[in-house]
Amino acid sequence: MLIIILKILIPFLIIFNMIPFLIWLERKGSAYIQDRHGPNRAAFFGIRLGGMLHSLADVLKLITKEDIIPLHVHKPFYLLAPFLALTVACVTYAVVPFAHPIEINGEPFTFQAADLNVGILYILAMASLGVYGVMLAGWSSNNKYSLLGGVRSSAQMLSYEIAMGLSLISVLMVGGSLELNNLVISQGATPWSWNFLTQPVAFFLFTTAAFAETNRNPFDLPEGESELVAGYHTEYSSMKFAMFFMAEYAHVIMASALIALLFFGGWQVPLMSTDFLREQAGLGLYILLLAHGILFMVAGIFLLTWFKKGKYGDLRDYEVLVWGIPLVLAGLGLSLYTLLHGSFDLTPLGSQIFAAVVQFMTFMAKILFFCWFFIWIRWTLPRFRYDQLMGLGWKVMLPLGLMNLAVTGIILLMR
Amino acid sequence: MIITLKKKKLTFLQKIYIFEVVRGLMITMGHLIRNLTHPSRMMTVNFPEETKPIPKTHRSEHRLMLRPDGSIRCTACMLCQTVCPAYCIHIEAAEGAIPEKEKYPKAFTIDLLRCVYCGYCVEACPCDAIRMDTGKLVDACYKREDFIKDIDYLKANHPKGLNPISEAIY
Repeated sequence: MLIIILKILIPFLIIFNMIPFLIWLERKGSAYIQDRHGPNRAAFFGIRLGGMLHSLADVLKLITKEDIIPLHVHKPFYLLAPFLALTVACVTYAVVPFAHPIEINGEPFTFQAADLNVGILYILAMASLGVYGVMLAGWSSNNKYSLLGGVRSSAQMLSYEIAMGLSLISVLMVGGSLELNNLVISQGATPWSWNFLTQPVAFFLFTTAAFAETNRNPFDLPEGESELVAGYHTEYSSMKFAMFFMAEYAHVIMASALIALLFFGGWQVPLMSTDFLREQAGLGLYILLLAHGILFMVAGIFLLTWFKKGKYGDLRDYEVLVWGIPLVLAGLGLSLYTLLHGSFDLTPLGSQIFAAVVQFMTFMAKILFFCWFFIWIRWTLPRFRYDQLMGLGWKVMLPLGLMNLAVTGIILLMR
Repeated sequence: MIITLKKKKLTFLQKIYIFEVVRGLMITMGHLIRNLTHPSRMMTVNFPEETKPIPKTHRSEHRLMLRPDGSIRCTACMLCQTVCPAYCIHIEAAEGAIPEKEKYPKAFTIDLLRCVYCGYCVEACPCDAIRMDTGKLVDACYKREDFIKDIDYLKANHPKGLNPISEAIY
């Protein structure tokens, strides 16, 4: 029972703690892309974390803000919409596998909350429920901008779901399973056998459709500021607005996880299969700890070089010392300990857990890269016009998806 | 006159769109990397910590100049009050120590909320008694009354490095 609760809670907490980080990444990344400095003012005793404290300040502000419910809204649906949006965005994590299943005392142990054999269908079903939150918000706000945002969102999500499904089918044909874990295992550990090379068309279609499904630029017509004020969440304030905001980022993380799972080998470590990782666990742990020690030291020394007395004339001067000195000391300690200890001797269970940890870290790195990709695209591309959006969805992506499906089928038959 | 703009013909590679997207991504990544490695080259100024030099002709908060003996240069001639388009200067004249020689301002009040920083008062003054070269941008205050600056403030409103004494003849 406890294990099930932990299995549900840990991915949930990871995702929820990634949201403020993603907001920081979005603000800082967009600032550097646009030649600005970005957030760097909020400080707590001089500690600014490179502007990351702004996310904390945002949370405090949004929680303590007055919750305004306009008189003209349809209240039950108005209250339901943000909860629906966030819940739907969060439940999809249940079937995401974070590592290769391990065996404890002969019992298989999977690193996913629910080991459904139709995991991908569950994700698709839940992700399409997301449109309800947006539509309900748009309709119940009784506001023409919100309504237009909701209508646009529903049309967009429905038309891009078709392309998404079609691109998925070809991937499933290659993988031969609906279970996400099997899909990942079937891709193998070598990067050139991953689906983004064997199914490039499906990869582009799926990524584009994922952008449309998450309502991110260049498909963020439902909340197009220039035409619709803020689209479907015009009438929402304080924590309700924050819930829509969090739902958007949760969708982004989910879409990144899906792209990583389906096209980039999920938790597969490049060039290192699970068996290889388990066999070489002792040496692997040694190298991993040593690399982390050196990485900490390099990062700490890099931070320490920034120290300049009197740069700001207050506590902010010493921020780099607060982070740099512990980093250097931790790195030094870790590397010395590893060097003195020598190679590790792990039990079979220990080596399995080590392989799982490495795979989990690889998977998180892939997710983070695709989250960054979402942000990168947002600050590069302009927004589509509505007719261009529909034209792309129905006239380009749908035929391409069908063609890809046919070609994949023929190749699979010929093989 | 009607000008018909000719649409630029797109090449096949541009029509596919993906390669153009990649090109755009490379441009933004280039900016990102340049700004990460050379933060000092960014155009944005971290305002309170670093300031841009204010040009010499910039008109900022007013100050009242002094004679070499420390007395105020203003003779309460009312020229600045008359020329002021915003009616923000208020002067009350008083008799000096030698009644037949010249007056001095008993009160000289400038309402900075009304002032439009046109600099006409400086141009109108025949005695070089008022200048607008302090380099001080408008402060933030908690009350409206705090923006109304009286003679004591203006007389002492000389920033560091600027001579409070005017060397003019009159």
